Amino acid sequence: MKPASFEYHRAYTPEEVVEMLTELGEEAKILAGGQSLTPMMNFRLARPSALVDVNTVAGLDYIRREGDELCVGALTRHRALETSTADDVHDGFGLLPRAARWIGHYPIRSRGTVGGSIAHSDPTAEWCLLARLYDAQVVVQGPGGRRAIASEDWFTGFLTTSGEPNEMVVETRFGRPRAHGALTEYARRRGDFAIAAAAVAFDVVEGRCRDVSIVLGGVANEPLRLPEAEATVEGAAPEEDTWAAAARSAAEVIRPASDLNGDDHYRRHLVDTLTRRAFVEALETGTGR
Amino acid sequence: MTTEPDKPQRWVGNRLPRREDPRMLRGSGRFVDDIPDPHAYHLAFVRSSVASGRITEIVTDDAIALPGVIAVLTSADLGHPCLTAVLEREEFVPTTMPMLAMDRVRYAGEPIVAVVAEDRYLAEDAADNVWVEIAETPAVLSLDDLGRPDLPVIHDAAPDGVLVDLHMFTDDLLDDVLASAPLVLEETFRSGRVTAAPMESRTCRADWRDRDEQLVLEVSTQVPHQVRSGVAQALGLPERKVRVIAPDVGGGFGQKCVVGREEVVAAAIAVRMRHSVRWTEDRQENLIASFHGREQEYRVRAGFDAEGRLVGLEADIRCNIGAYSVYPFSCAVEPLMAATELPGVYKVGRYAARARGFASNKPPTAPYRGVSRPQIVLVMERLMDKAARELGLDRVEIRRRNTIQPDEFPYLGPNGITYETGSYVEALELCAEQIDESGWPEQCEREDGLLRGIGIVNFSERTAYGTATMGMRKMQMTPGFEVSHVRMDASGDVVVTSGTCGHGQGHETTFAQIVADVLAISPDRIKLRQGDTDVTSFGWGTFASRSLVIGGGSAAVAAHRLADQLREVAAEMLEAEPTDIELVDGHAQIRGASDARLSIDDIAATVHFRSHTLVQREEQLLEARGSADPPGMFSNAAHAALVEVDPGTGDARVVDYIVVEDCGVVVNPMIVDGQVRGGVAQGIGSALYEEMSYSPEGQPLTGTFMDYMVPTASEIPRVAVHHLETPCDQTETGAKGMGEGGTIGAPAAVLSALNDALSDYGADIDFVPVRPAHLLAVLEGASDSERRLETA
Amino acid sequence: MKDQHLVSLTVNGREHELVVESRKTLADVLRDDLGLTGTHLGCEHGICGACTVLVDGEPVRSCLVFGVQADGREVRTVESLADGDELNDLQQAFSRHHGLQCGFCTPGFLMLGEAYLSTDPEPDREEVREVVSANLCRCTGYQGIVDAVCEVAEMRRSKDSEGTP
Repeated sequence: MKPASFEYHRAYTPEEVVEMLTELGEEAKILAGGQSLTPMMNFRLARPSALVDVNTVAGLDYIRREGDELCVGALTRHRALETSTADDVHDGFGLLPRAARWIGHYPIRSRGTVGGSIAHSDPTAEWCLLARLYDAQVVVQGPGGRRAIASEDWFTGFLTTSGEPNEMVVETRFGRPRAHGALTEYARRRGDFAIAAAAVAFDVVEGRCRDVSIVLGGVANEPLRLPEAEATVEGAAPEEDTWAAAARSAAEVIRPASDLNGDDHYRRHLVDTLTRRAFVEALETGTGR
Repeated sequence: MTTEPDKPQRWVGNRLPRREDPRMLRGSGRFVDDIPDPHAYHLAFVRSSVASGRITEIVTDDAIALPGVIAVLTSADLGHPCLTAVLEREEFVPTTMPMLAMDRVRYAGEPIVAVVAEDRYLAEDAADNVWVEIAETPAVLSLDDLGRPDLPVIHDAAPDGVLVDLHMFTDDLLDDVLASAPLVLEETFRSGRVTAAPMESRTCRADWRDRDEQLVLEVSTQVPHQVRSGVAQALGLPERKVRVIAPDVGGGFGQKCVVGREEVVAAAIAVRMRHSVRWTEDRQENLIASFHGREQEYRVRAGFDAEGRLVGLEADIRCNIGAYSVYPFSCAVEPLMAATELPGVYKVGRYAARARGFASNKPPTAPYRGVSRPQIVLVMERLMDKAARELGLDRVEIRRRNTIQPDEFPYLGPNGITYETGSYVEALELCAEQIDESGWPEQCEREDGLLRGIGIVNFSERTAYGTATMGMRKMQMTPGFEVSHVRMDASGDVVVTSGTCGHGQGHETTFAQIVADVLAISPDRIKLRQGDTDVTSFGWGTFASRSLVIGGGSAAVAAHRLADQLREVAAEMLEAEPTDIELVDGHAQIRGASDARLSIDDIAATVHFRSHTLVQREEQLLEARGSADPPGMFSNAAHAALVEVDPGTGDARVVDYIVVEDCGVVVNPMIVDGQVRGGVAQGIGSALYEEMSYSPEGQPLTGTFMDYMVPTASEIPRVAVHHLETPCDQTETGAKGMGEGGTIGAPAAVLSALNDALSDYGADIDFVPVRPAHLLAVLEGASDSERRLETA
Repeated sequence: MKDQHLVSLTVNGREHELVVESRKTLADVLRDDLGLTGTHLGCEHGICGACTVLVDGEPVRSCLVFGVQADGREVRTVESLADGDELNDLQQAFSRHHGLQCGFCTPGFLMLGEAYLSTDPEPDREEVREVVSANLCRCTGYQGIVDAVCEVAEMRRSKDSEGTP
């Protein structure tokens, strides 16, 4: 399983990346962590004509708090977020380090990048789910400079984004920090892609749930926000019945596919379970605010 | 590393650190792909993209034109090399397996064209540019397809798809017995297709050597001599002109105990081109196109009396054995073993069994670790659990009542097998005790939302059977014996050769322990040479839990003869009778006069360099030969599994596991424990995680390690292993084989535990693998037919 | 025309300058160009971990890294662990606990273990089990591997707390 040939290029700034991508054409791809792209290349399912290695691009490996936004540079490795003890992260976004532990295994987290995951757009990828959960802005660099795209407009389909072939994700800005958050997923083996995942975030104000987000993974071509389920929780008491109602709504609204892992009935049951458990965990854990 | 024994002068029985370890830990093991040969040609194969069809055109021009491509070859270019495994039985239909597909393809992944290039990258580039046109035809995939009126014919000689039909055992009284039995169970059990997935996939390197007038084939195999025979036959070469070497082999589990098609192709190309050629199977090829195992169905009728004793058992066994018979074992191995050994440790009363092997458009099945025994144990243990439930009996008690009792050995079963003394009842009792000691029943009472269950199974494992027993299969090449040579060199070091072929079982350690005890020298002085057809005597390789007993046994026989020679020489040198000489701690001494002694090293030096001073001996040097060919014996074990089921997700997890096993005298307990644990892991894999799945058109759906779920450390619990030792009187060492036991018992134990965990929901699951969706269906009260998901 | 690049990398403390084709994986560069065949290929899609090496101290599946990407980097393979004839503590522990049988997956587990141990973890069996689940083994059932890593984590921690001379 050896990859097909490609031209290898190395870039040192985001502008250079864009220039190279523009020059090399649509068949060129960015090489970041390589944990998703390289296996596909080894299978020859992906045959980019050229790779632009961005591991040498300086200045994109950071985690910064700017007001209510947590700005994560695209080349931040999963492991950096996983192991972060910074108050900036844990204050309102403590779910991110916790969720990072679900990503594959330690060697994958050493190499894989947040930007790469956002660009890859797998509907079970933890950062993609959290981007939707926290209404993230995806900042890309293109020929005309930088632009920010709301995550709901960024993920457009299975492994598809609204980014142009010659644009590079440079930053993900997670917004709407909340006191409580959890991501829970189910896979047959430790570290596998989730069969389904549920992520929730909310505040509790005067005994009521506020500012609720619910995102499901693995049930559609993109991460799925659930406004109907969110509405059942908004303003309700943080308790079992509320979680059950949200879970039921979530299970009812989805149209999941059937595959070796289970049919749609099974996935609905799974989503119901995971949604409830995510809420229970979120309430217990909190994100420190 | 120190090699001090716990018991002085007795190496057998000690947890000796393994001789194999240092090189493996350093990364200086020598696996086939590690062998340096920078100028070798590399092979890549163009494989069938469909399960069944006629090849109408092969276009290679574009491929040949690519840089670094040496040749692009079809079956015709190589003279149509083929192998046909034959059983000399009427009920068997031989199938010829072409090494490259000729005019038809019979499974997705079947190799059609061999591309030869300067490196693997270039070979794959060229393979991408070979155009093969195949007119796809309907495929036969599962046992459910059989009985279709328009059944596609895979082999003209078997239009109904039946490649072997064995009415192994018949009994005219069985029907009456079942008719009058208070309880009759009629059940169907199924197990899914799995694959061995050794961490080293299959690899080879072939090279013609003019000086030796010989093809040298280095190959990751368990059976070097059988590969030699296969290659020689397929290429029309005398066996002397083929040398097969198995260097370090990264696991086999039966997938490598048959001859591979690609290694024959590599050999053919090396001979033809007079140039070294190498091939490494990638993981996708290994999962999709290498040999599989265990897709079987059992339709069973079992009669029990009011006390829960079996009075009759009838089985109709169907095995989906894929597109061809593997060479040389043939496709009949699974059906034969299933029908012959189904009763296991139980007295079944009247017995009838029919076993058939059906062809399908899937890869051929090879004898994957356990070979039908995981299935037959699953059948018997489910029957016990069901009968216990129907009759209101304790699950252990019903087994106790049916198990062959200590005073009943030797026991002649209705399957014609005589079972020698084993600890069947003792193992069961100890296992049941350990379940209680481990607090499992209390754990099952916990109320934390998880459902817990306990499974207990009891079974035997037939091991180390020699030619007489193997002969009953009626193979054209009947395995069984082993021959060993033991040679002491001038310094007193010893080389042992064996026709076995270890690939993780620690033979270099255990054989040295056996020989060390006989010769009274340290195992450090003893080196085992295996896996080279030019170095060892003809032998059969490593499979069927045979090597320690038969290979180690033949080494022991040879070592005893060498010991006699040492005593003979020592007697002359010490002016005593050979019968007065004993070998102790590296010395030969006169019994009762320990100051009259010589070091064995001195004896060796004398024999080599001062042989003129020895006048009484007729022979030169210190070399001996020994052989072993036992009838075969049964080891036994009882397994217990504790599972947790999460109703919210349907997830099932094995959280604890107990094994009580008896393999006779234990040569190295650490190695035995390792074999058990590794086997249990594979068994858990096939119970919960692993299945080779196909689309309705026969496309493999599980061609990556993401889809074919080999368990990780998070899925495998600690396994507590307890040893009983019922020494075997057939073998030199008193040991029995045991390498497959872990894999044999685990699926049944896990399934039993799942049914127990969901017993309040009327669980009656009779198949593996069990998936979360299945368990959810049970929890939701779905009927039996709705519970099963479609897998082709 | 092959797309080739001059690459300078340090492997096990030695510097190398190589011309490599861009698509050649680090695993193949180590094995073929440098003769370091201890790193094995078990799947070439990043799941089995047999190819695990350290790049700048981090555990990496070398089948998912191109050789050109190792330019300027420090790579450590299984061949760097032993000191002449003496196996290191982790290697010895693997042998003691029978954490290997066929040996094919072993280099990957050793490098994974070394990477984990370098984070100075508190020995916790469940955490070790989780780390070990990053790689596949078909022979051992994993118990010996988990035992070995746990024991060495303990040993290295107590050596640290005693204060190394």
